[in-house]
Amino acid sequence: MTELAANTLTVVRDGAILVDGASFRLRAGEFVALLGPNGAGKTTLLRAALGLAPPTRGTATLGGEDTQTLTPRVRARRASYLPQRRPLAWPSPVRDVVALGRFSHGAALGRLGDADQRAVASALESCDLAALADRSADTLSGGELARVHFARAFAAEAPLLIADEPVAALDPRHQHRIMELVRSFVDTGGGALIVLHDVSLAARFADRLLWMLDGRIVADGTPAETLTAERLADVYGVRAGIDGLNVQVEGAL
Amino acid sequence: MTRLLTPGLLLASALALFAACLLGSTPLEASRVVAALAGGADVGDRIVVWSIRLPRALTAFCVGAALGLSGAALQGLLRNPLAEPGVLGVSATASMTATFALYYGLVAINPWVLPVAAISGAVLATALIALAAVRTTSVVTLILIGVGLASFAGAMMSLLMNLAPNPFSLSDMINWMLGSVANRSFDDLLFAAPFLAAGCAILFASRRGLSALTLGDEAASGVGLNLRRQRVLVVLGAGLATGGAVALAGAIGFVGIVAPHIVRPWVGHDPARSLLPSAILAGLILVVADIGVRLTPTDSELKLGVVAALVGAPAFVWIAMRRRTVVD
Repeated sequence: MTELAANTLTVVRDGAILVDGASFRLRAGEFVALLGPNGAGKTTLLRAALGLAPPTRGTATLGGEDTQTLTPRVRARRASYLPQRRPLAWPSPVRDVVALGRFSHGAALGRLGDADQRAVASALESCDLAALADRSADTLSGGELARVHFARAFAAEAPLLIADEPVAALDPRHQHRIMELVRSFVDTGGGALIVLHDVSLAARFADRLLWMLDGRIVADGTPAETLTAERLADVYGVRAGIDGLNVQVEGAL
Repeated sequence: MTRLLTPGLLLASALALFAACLLGSTPLEASRVVAALAGGADVGDRIVVWSIRLPRALTAFCVGAALGLSGAALQGLLRNPLAEPGVLGVSATASMTATFALYYGLVAINPWVLPVAAISGAVLATALIALAAVRTTSVVTLILIGVGLASFAGAMMSLLMNLAPNPFSLSDMINWMLGSVANRSFDDLLFAAPFLAAGCAILFASRRGLSALTLGDEAASGVGLNLRRQRVLVVLGAGLATGGAVALAGAIGFVGIVAPHIVRPWVGHDPARSLLPSAILAGLILVVADIGVRLTPTDSELKLGVVAALVGAPAFVWIAMRRRTVVD
């Protein structure tokens, strides 16, 4: 079973410690939310863990192999990655953007094999994009575009999904739709690690919360275990009331 | 419709090449050209077709195809419809290094020095731009670097012209700067062919990665693209193809931008699928432009590069002004 494991990863860039001895595990069948304020090192941690950037110390493995030595293709077959910035260079049709998720399977646009076609069709279907498949991606709304990127990730049929702030700048309805997509991916056996800023959304959908502050993972556990008013004060510097899994932020500390 | 694009362009190119054999200072009838092409007809006709018009037209086609292909591939790599060997200063740098080789008489030592010099200039300039592209996502920065390269190459060539020992070498240099396919023989074409073929083959082999780059560097490597390898291949391929084209015909700008721009909507804006039709269309454009050059009744023949720039530069401005904002 594919597992992403980071072991005391440390990333130092230009003398600044961005990630400081962070460890975590992501297995199939779990939905993990990575929380933390801006500049906590979340993106750097994900990139170092996936082998997209070299860590200064520590190692990370994906499916038992060191991610630093994995070829991009093997890595992509094991984990789909949706970066924070997702610029599209050309006004490509939605179907083609989704089909690029099949790149690691050797698919070439316009000449998709049967397996690729099936994967693209089912990804379009599951993200409710069938009606938009032939639209040019630059005519879509932000919410639709976010679904296109998830469809691309699902089309890869990789067991793990790592997404960096996928719901930032989306309205509440689209935020929930995206989270439901991730939830159903996890319920069908996938593993997802999603960077979120909305603590209530994370507590509602995720099985486990990873709390990050100043490059360290300061807590790792279920929402019930780790979501406390003190934690929100420590990590985000806010005064908040917690009622079960509902968070009411009252003000900055 | 899309499926007919490449065959349609091929047919049009064949017709243009045939027309190039018909038209000229002494117009030949179609029947005489066909006879000459088949190896019949009288000696005069055979010389006109086989030694003058056909090699010239084929050279224009190959140069155009190499530039169109390089343009389409560079646009895919840099994710920018304004990227092109001419605009990015690649052709200018290549013709600068070629002029150096000519000026210092290195070509007399070994004829291979010329294409090698042109190609090293092209690879150097392309590598510089690709390096800058890693550090910045700004279109403007890249274009400005290209402008800088082109100006520097222009200044160096002006310097060489300034110091030119005799009028003969001066006119030789002007040919390089302006770009022309006049008086090219099959030997010239065969000489550059290995470089053109190698460059085009590398670009075609790496075309799938260009589609992935639509998603941006980060996401492209996320879907399994080896970014470093992709950059090296496109730089090398575009350098070889552009350098080979410059070695044949000097610096001819803007075909590499116009052809992919016309082709892109037909292929779903996919850089990979735009390569082949862009190459054929750019070849076709230069063949037609060269026919225009030959038919224009001027005292001294117009340079192909000048005509290409006269048509291409306004197109460049138009594309730049109409550019849609990038989806983020």
